[in-house]
Order: sequence, then C-alpha cells, then structure tokens
Amino acid sequence: MANETVIETQEQHDNAPQKENLWNGGQSPFKASYGKLMIWYFLLSDAFTFGGFLLAYGALRFSVKGWPVPDFVFQTAPFGISGAPLIFVTFMTFVLIVSSVTVLRAVQEGKRENQSAVVKWMLATVLGGALFLGCQAWEWTNLISTEGMTLYTNPFATHIDEGKYLTLDELNGIAKEKGWDKEVVSLESHGKTTEITYFTDAKGNKYFEKRDHHGDLPEKMEIQAGDSYLVTYQHDMNDYALGAYKTTDGEIKTEAFGPQAFGALFFFITGFHGFHVFTGLAFLLIIAIQAANGTYVARKNGYEMVEKVGLYWHFVDLVWVFVFLAFYLL
Amino acid sequence: MAHATTREEDIKVGRNGFILLLIITLAEVGIALIGNGHLIEGLTLPKMIMIPVMIGLSLYKAYYITAIFMHLGSEVKPMIATIILPMVLFVWMIIAFLWEGNSWLNSNEYIQQKNNEQVDPKGEATEGATGMLMDAQDAPKSVRFE
Repeated sequence: MANETVIETQEQHDNAPQKENLWNGGQSPFKASYGKLMIWYFLLSDAFTFGGFLLAYGALRFSVKGWPVPDFVFQTAPFGISGAPLIFVTFMTFVLIVSSVTVLRAVQEGKRENQSAVVKWMLATVLGGALFLGCQAWEWTNLISTEGMTLYTNPFATHIDEGKYLTLDELNGIAKEKGWDKEVVSLESHGKTTEITYFTDAKGNKYFEKRDHHGDLPEKMEIQAGDSYLVTYQHDMNDYALGAYKTTDGEIKTEAFGPQAFGALFFFITGFHGFHVFTGLAFLLIIAIQAANGTYVARKNGYEMVEKVGLYWHFVDLVWVFVFLAFYLL
Repeated sequence: MAHATTREEDIKVGRNGFILLLIITLAEVGIALIGNGHLIEGLTLPKMIMIPVMIGLSLYKAYYITAIFMHLGSEVKPMIATIILPMVLFVWMIIAFLWEGNSWLNSNEYIQQKNNEQVDPKGEATEGATGMLMDAQDAPKSVRFE
C-alpha cells in the first residue's frame, strides 16, 4: 500500500473544494461591475473607430504635398480677432480640461454619497461641454461661411512657385495684349456698392486681382514657395475668386486649391468628436437629473452611473488630445 | 462604500491634474508657435525636434488621463491588460498606413514624371524613357502614359 492514485471524474474535479467557490458565481475577478467593465470595452472599441479616422487622415496627409499649415488655417477667433494662430483652439482645449476636472470631482463626491455636490459638479461639466460645443460651432461657421471650406473644396493651400500677385492695372495690360474678356460685376451688400473685375481667357479660366474676404489687398504682393494662402471665397458672387499671379519665369497663373481631402477629414473627425461631446452632454444631463431626483441614493452603489458617464467624458477629452495633435499641432 | 481617500486628497488629485494638463497643453502650443516662428522674431525650431516632442507630450497627457482621471492605473492587472493589449495593434496600424500614404505620394510623382516624358519625334527614345518605339512619321511629339 504505497501510493494510492486517485482518479477523479470530471464532475469531482470541477467541484473540488478549492475550486467550488470560483464557479458558484458572485465572483468579480476584475473587481469591477458588469456595467463599468462594459463601458470600458465600449471605449476601447470607440478608440479604434477614432483611430481609424485618424489613420485615414495620416495616410491621406502623407500622400500629398503642401498640406495646409495649422497655424495659418486656425488663426481667427470670435470678436474680430485674426492673425492669432492656435489661440482659439487652445481656449477650447482649456475648456475641455476644466470640464474633465469637474466631472472627476462629481465622481469623487459620488463615492462619498454626497448628492448635492454630485449635482453641482455635473452641472458645471454640462456648462463646460456646452461652451466647448459653442466654440466648435463658431469655428465651423467661420470655416464654412467666411473662408469657404467645404467637404470637397479646400481653399487653404501652399504656394509652390515664386512670383508676384498682379495688380488690376497689370491685369488690364495683360488682358489687352492677350485678348482676354473683361467683366465688371457691380454688387451691393451691407449698403455699399463694390465692383469686382475679372478677366476670362479663351479656355474660360478666370483671373481675379488678389483680395481677401474683407476686400483688402494682400500684405505683400511677392510670393515665396512655401507661403500659405487662402483662396478667397467671394460671397456676393457665390464663387471663389482665384487670385492671378506672375511667376518669376513670366508665366501667368491663378491660385490652385489645396489638398482636397482636408475639408472632409476635418469636418468628419472634429464632427465625430463634437457628436461625442453632444451625446456626452445628453447623458450628463440625464444622470444629473436622476442624481438630483435621488435615484442613486436608493441604489447605494456610490453613484456608479456618475462614474460611468465620467469615464465616457474623460474619453472625449482623451480623443481631443489626439485630434488636437493631428489637426492643430503637427 | 468605503472611501480610502479624504476629500482634501480628492481635491488635490483634481487640482494637480488640472495644472499638469494645462501646463503640457500650453507647452505644446508654445512649441508649435515658437517652432514656426510666431513668437520670437527670427527663431524657428527644426520639425524633427518639434514633432517627436509634441507627440511625446500628447502621449503623456493620454497616459495621465487614463491612469489617474479614469482610474485605470488602480484597477486589477488583468483588467488593465484587456484594455491596453489590444491597443498594441495601433503600432502596426500607424506604421502600415503612413507607409502606404507615403507610397501613394511616390507613385503619383512617378506617374507625373512619366506624363511629362518627351519622346524624340525621330523615333529614338530619349534616355531613361521606357515604352514602345514607333516609326518616325507616326510618332507623336509627346507621349502621355496613363
């Protein structure tokens, strides 16, 4: 009778005393509730959705030359501020950071079952999110209606030639010499009449004197390769006024549009992020109302819903870190 | 629920996070503005320094938000692993897609170069040109490779 070999059946093996308690349910190996775990996996999948968008952006940006320069594209702010690169978007980022801290405070106060503080910090977060969305709405409005960027037309571009913009007098001379048609459009807007002169060559190409959307001449008429420019959208004509210039080789050209994908990528990616902010606001508001109603007091689970919406809101901030990097910094 | 931290400690976490994220963001914007010559007259930074620094700072911000604000750093290890390990896929994705984008640029440039190639009307191909040779009278003055 040396060693006795015990052969267990499958059932005996699975129900061995040390394993029994693991298989009876009620265990939480990750020490997190089902809901919290699932919001994490939703955020993981959402990270890949945003990752896919940003990778499309990266691939398309790598595939063309002369991508628009961020500090040229994003240099306007409300109240007539212009020529202030990245200042407005820095403010937007600041607003999002503040709202991330306020939601953190709401989660912390939830853990101590402090109802009034939870509601207060949640409402502060709602305000921050709404301010961010408002800023984004202003930014989009400016890009679309003032600067003329659409999903498929990108007026932000970079010069590849060296040369000089042509004045109206010079254009008149060239038109006479080459037999271009001259057209003068008289427009009335804001109570004053402006005249826009342009020339059309035999192929139908239009040549405009370079003016920005305020009607001002460019700061410097000389063009260096690598200079950023904005193709002017002429609102009164509902068309782009392509500024004419003469290269150092003596060729007469008009401004070209920038890489086409820029508008679609910008609006889809910042729009998808803005949509997350919007839905986050809706959830924050609903949960703030429920917290105020006392729904979570009864649950006695440390305001777990507040923790979940907090995770979602931090994720929105996290995504903005990379949207900010890709569109505004690099 | 038992709380391991006092309210003062909670407030400190929020305040430290706020200051850190704000400083990093201002540093990023500062690097972008100084580097592109907007702040100090005549000073620019090389892109090869600016880009890695800005990416590094953004990654640190992302780490801080997930680890501290989202408490991922305080979860149990296997749970952290189920979130972070799938992210490793991004390493391959970033390399593959940027590589692909760069290859589109190269092939577009090659097509442009081929489009601009001139063929000698006498029927002799110019140096470096590839394609069919034609009789002198049939040969077009320039050939477009579609």
